[in-house]
This record gives sequence, C-alpha cells and structure tokens, in this order.
Amino acid sequence: MSGLLDRHIAFLEALRGAGLPVSLAEDLDAVTALGALGWSSRTQVRDAYAATLVKKQALRPTFDALFELYFPRLIGEGARAEGDLTTDDDTAGPRDTPQALNDFRDQLAEALEAGDADRLRRLAAEAVGRFGAMPGRGPGLSSWSSYTALRRVAPGELVGRLIDGLRVAGWGEEEAERAANRRIGAFTGLVESDARRRIAEEKGPDHVATVTLRPSVERLDFLSARRADLEEMRREIYPLARRLATRLTQEHHSRRRGPLDFRRTVRASMSTGGVPVATYHRPKRPHRTELVVLCDVSGSVANFAQFTLMLVFALREAFGGVRAFTFVDDVHEVTGYFRPGADLADTMTELAAASAHAARFGRTNYGRAFDVFAERHLDALGPRSSLLILGDARSNYSDSNVATLRQLAGRSRRSWWLNPEHRRQWDTGDSVASRYAAVVPMSECRNLTQLGQFVHDVAR
Amino acid sequence: MSDPWFSSPADVTARLGAVGYLADQATATTAYLAGALEKPLLVEGPAGVGKTELAKAVSRATGAGLVRLQCYEGLDEARALYEWNYKKQLLRIQASQGVEWDDAHDDIFSEEFLLTRPLLTAIRREDPTVLLVDEVDKTDVEVEGLLLEVLSDFQVTIPELGTVEAVRRPFVILTSNASRELSEAVKRRCLYLHLDYPTAEREREIVVSQVPDLPDKVATQLVSVVARLRELELKKAPSIAESVDWARTLIALEIHDLDAKAIDDTLGVVLKHASDTQRAVRELRLDKREGRER
Repeated sequence: MSGLLDRHIAFLEALRGAGLPVSLAEDLDAVTALGALGWSSRTQVRDAYAATLVKKQALRPTFDALFELYFPRLIGEGARAEGDLTTDDDTAGPRDTPQALNDFRDQLAEALEAGDADRLRRLAAEAVGRFGAMPGRGPGLSSWSSYTALRRVAPGELVGRLIDGLRVAGWGEEEAERAANRRIGAFTGLVESDARRRIAEEKGPDHVATVTLRPSVERLDFLSARRADLEEMRREIYPLARRLATRLTQEHHSRRRGPLDFRRTVRASMSTGGVPVATYHRPKRPHRTELVVLCDVSGSVANFAQFTLMLVFALREAFGGVRAFTFVDDVHEVTGYFRPGADLADTMTELAAASAHAARFGRTNYGRAFDVFAERHLDALGPRSSLLILGDARSNYSDSNVATLRQLAGRSRRSWWLNPEHRRQWDTGDSVASRYAAVVPMSECRNLTQLGQFVHDVAR
Repeated sequence: MSDPWFSSPADVTARLGAVGYLADQATATTAYLAGALEKPLLVEGPAGVGKTELAKAVSRATGAGLVRLQCYEGLDEARALYEWNYKKQLLRIQASQGVEWDDAHDDIFSEEFLLTRPLLTAIRREDPTVLLVDEVDKTDVEVEGLLLEVLSDFQVTIPELGTVEAVRRPFVILTSNASRELSEAVKRRCLYLHLDYPTAEREREIVVSQVPDLPDKVATQLVSVVARLRELELKKAPSIAESVDWARTLIALEIHDLDAKAIDDTLGVVLKHASDTQRAVRELRLDKREGRER
C-alpha cells in the first residue's frame, strides 16, 4: 500500500512539474475518489484522476502522457496474448528482419486504414520492442528509441497508400488526406509514448517526465513546432478567436456604464413607489482601433505571421478596420484575401500562395520593406490607426533603416512589434531587434497563449 | 446521511441508459464520483454534445427534481440566490401605519417576503434535487464568487435571516462552453468532465435511440457523413443534437437513402455557416463524381 501512495505522490509532483496547477484539496479529492472507486480498473483510475486533477482540456494530453508513465498499461513486452503478431517468436531467430519489417508495415497499413485504435496501440508497442531497441549503457541493459523505430517503420511513407485506401472507401480527396495525416500522427504519438513507457521502466518515471514531455499546444513555440503541431495550432485559432471575442464584449459591456439615464431611472422607480431602487445608465461609446499589420512572411517566421493574421481577422469586429501587408523584401497588401465569413483553411492556402508576391530577391530586407511601404502605402497610417509589425528583425546584415520606421511609427497613434524569438536570442547574429525596439516597443510572442493575450490587450 | 445517488459507475450507465442517455465510460465514472463525493460536476465541451442533457438525465434517472439556473451576462445575486419582495414590503409598511418600527422590521424580513431564486431553492428543497447551472461561462466574474459559498458548503447566508444550510445536498452540474476560463477557485471545488463528439458507434446508438423509426442503413450513412463533416475544418462542426435533428428531418421528408442529392438538400440542418456549407458541398461533390465513374 505504501508503494501506491508513493507512486500517487510522485505522479502529482510530475503533474505539477509539467505545469498543471494541482492543489492539495484536489489531491485529497483524488484520494477520496479512488477510495470510492477502487483500483480494479485502469481506465476508471484514469478517469478519476482526470476528473479531480485536470480542470482544463488543453492540459489533458500532458496528463495522459504522464499517466501512461506512472501507471503503464503493460510492463515490458506485456502479456503477449495476440497470436497473430507473435508467430515468429518461437523460432528464437533475430526478431528484426527485413521480412518482419515488411509484414509489420502491411499490418500497420491495414490497421491505419481501419482506424482500429486498439490494434494500433498494440502495433506501436511492437514497433518499439522490435525495431526501436538499442544497446544500453551498461552490459545487460537495453534502451529504446522511438526515433529509430519510426525511421525503420517509416509510417510517413504509408500516407499515399492510406489515402488511396480511404478514397476507395468513398472519402473525398482533401478529407482523406487530412484523415491519413492525422492517423499517422496519432500512431507516431503512440510509438513515442510507448518508448517513453519502456525507458521509464528502466530509469524510473521521474527521469523521463522531466526530460521528454512536450509542452501543450498553447505553450508550444511557433518556431519549434512540427508539421503536426502546426495543424493542431491552426485548429486552435478559431476557438481562441471566439473566446477572445466573448471576453472582449463582456469587458466592453462591463465598462459601458456611462452617465445616469435619468428618464429610465425615474420611470423604473414607479414600480417601487417612487424609490429609485435600480439606476440605469447610458451606454458609453466604444473606441475602436484601426489596425495596420505589417508582417514578415519569410521562411520560419511565416507560420507565426499567418497565425497572427488569422487571429486578427477573426476578431475584425473588435477593430474599426484592419489592413494587412506582407513583406520579404517587397510589400504586398493581403487585406483582400480575408473576406468576412470566408473559410479559414482556404484563406490560409491563398495567403501562402500570395507570399510569393512579397519577395523580389527572396532575402529578407527590413530596411527595403519599410522604404517601399512608406512610398506606396503611407496613406494607410494616420492619427487614428495603430501599427503592428510582426517579424524576427533579422535583416540579413542589410541597412536597417531605422529612420523610416521612426517616420512610420510617428504617423500612427500607437505601434507595437511582435517578435516570435525568445528574448535571449534577440541581437544575436543578424538580428537588430534592440535597434528597432528603441523606436517601436517590441515584445516577445512565442506561443498561442502570448499571442491571445497580446491581441486581447490591443483590441481592448 | 441520505442514500447515495448511484451505487457504481456501471449503475450510472445502466440507469442513464434506461432514461435514454447513453453515457460513455468517462462520463459514467465522473457522474458516479460526483454523487459519491457530493461535489459539483463541471462539464465542458462544444455546443450540442449533451451537457445540459446529462443533468436532465440524472434527474430523470434518480427521480430527483431539477432546478435550473440559466446564466447570462448581467446575472446577479437577486436573480440567482434570493431577493426581498420590495413591492410587497412597501405595501406592508403602508398598510400598517402606526406600528412600532421594531415590529415592522421583524415582520417585513420574514419568509413571507422572501423570493427564492434557483440556488436558494435547490438548497432548501427536502426532496432529492439536481441543480443545473447552465452556461456558467456566460456570467460575470463576480457571480462566480457568489457560487463559491453555495458550491463548497452548500449554504447561503441571508443577513436578515441567518445562514440557510442544505437539508440534503443537491447533485450539482455546471455546464460551460469554455468561452471564458473559469476562476481557479470554482474549478478547484468541482470535478471536471470534458464531453466531446462521440465515436461513430456511440453516435449511431444515440441517433437510433432518439429516432427509433430511422432505418439502420440511413443511420449508418448519416453517422458516417457527420463524422466526415467533423473531420473538415469547419467553423461549427455538427453536434449530436444536430445529427438527431437531421435524422428527424430525413424521417419527415421520407428519405430512405442518404445519397449526394439528399445530403445536398438537407445539409442546412447540420451546417449553419455559408462557408461551411460551401466547403462540405465541395468535398461531397467529389464523392458524387467518383461514384459515377465507378
């Protein structure tokens, strides 16, 4: 029993370490809940922990990963009950043969096409056990690598096959592609989690928990995101915009108490015999910002710029007007791509295609971009508009042209600069962040949480 | 102590199932815990996945009365907890001219002049009660503070009358669309359950149980189309409620085969944005063309 308590406390410590705010009260709730349920079923234990400790859905993947570590589904190879997967076990030959790999990939393709979650989980465990084994540090020790397993199995190469399979089953092309990518992403996740489980068994879960867990989508850096993460982030944009919009209207309403509306107050006091029990106020006239967004769409910064643009345009009602320009070394207006009510995914595709217009020589040149902007679109900025610049301030050692930026900032009511790089990377290499920061207040914006916070503050 | 709400998670599944709510395992376990620990249950999830329905089902399954507090922006103490009936109090004072102030004071702050609102009603009821606080995220932050006393101690303090404690703890369900983060204090006092779109099988069971007349074949087609619509990046993915509506529409229109034309004609039932409809039609058109080739 004491072992169980230790494990429980270690699990909670790991959750706190991963950023879940678990209070002592919740800890006690979890213990009570488990007392009521018992430890007989693993899924029930997981549900009980989730219900008492995880109060935010965005943190659920982190919780699940840690739960897998501290309360693993199986130990080692597990009870190998599935006869169909273990045929060549008896021969005692090398388990990792080209033949085995081919068979395995066939089985994987089949399971992926059927979307059979249980079987995929078994296959993931098998993939790590068979193809991801590595010699450990000491004699008799072994270690596991999801990287090796994934490179051997190469589920990415099954995408084409999977798409064909799904299309035969009557799926549309676009949705088949999306589903295929999602399923393979999920399998990759399973393999990674199984490798973590095995390593945790050898080295103890605490070690693995601190080393290998990835932050949740909302806290993931734009610049270090993988393709699957970007997909997921994109899906987050619209809900985020909706949340922000609700919050903004609520805040506008709560601050709209203007001067007393005498007529309505007196009229309402009639029903309480002339005693003005409730007072009524005139609404305040809201102030709306006109926003001009100027964003760098070169290379790695492009994703960040796209996310910000999507968010700003999804919130366009909160602003008086929005105009957007993209640049690499030339400037191109993209306001037209954002039609009210248009499909988000389509807009993203068009936007990516349009970024070609913003490049002339293809090397980022902030100085030139500011010049061109001042020359062609200076009328966009005025005393009522705010200027928002997005970019990493890496100008390939060309003229930084601070004077033009000062002119642009001077024309507008307010100005901000969002830099997707970590503050400690500013001014390294060809970054001239602090020279620009002297003219336009620059803030770091590395993930969706920071981005949401910033946009909210601007729109307020 | 009163008798427990449910005896085990399996009991939850069975009894909710008997009143037409098909709960998955996580829902059953969490609902059981909410009853066993006597803690409020915060249910979050997209619109139309059966959050409110869960509360109604619990009340039907346990034979408890349902008290509902619908939250909205500007909801205040007077409409959530209790209010003094000012008009009646004024009349009382005017009618008893000449009575000593102390007597009048004792008189007008008594039960007779108290208007109980949902939270107080739920606490004072002696029969089993399910309290549903719907769409908590729509309220202002101040109302959450008000909820704290009710949710943690199940008591309400009325300065003139004293503290009213729950005779019998209600089964509390709070629902939220997550349009705003609730405060840590509220979350800490609740159990948490995230309801999401169901798996194809479960959705099919739900649709069939809600619309028993639906032929098996159409039900399968409908569920697969809805699942595929959810895979698209839509502004508003179709909810369970909408797939049930769709099933009813198909019955009403006597459509016995959900082919591309039927989908086209009735897509408005499940998709409520013009851009979503366009996107879906484009995807489903592709299917139709392929179908002809084959």
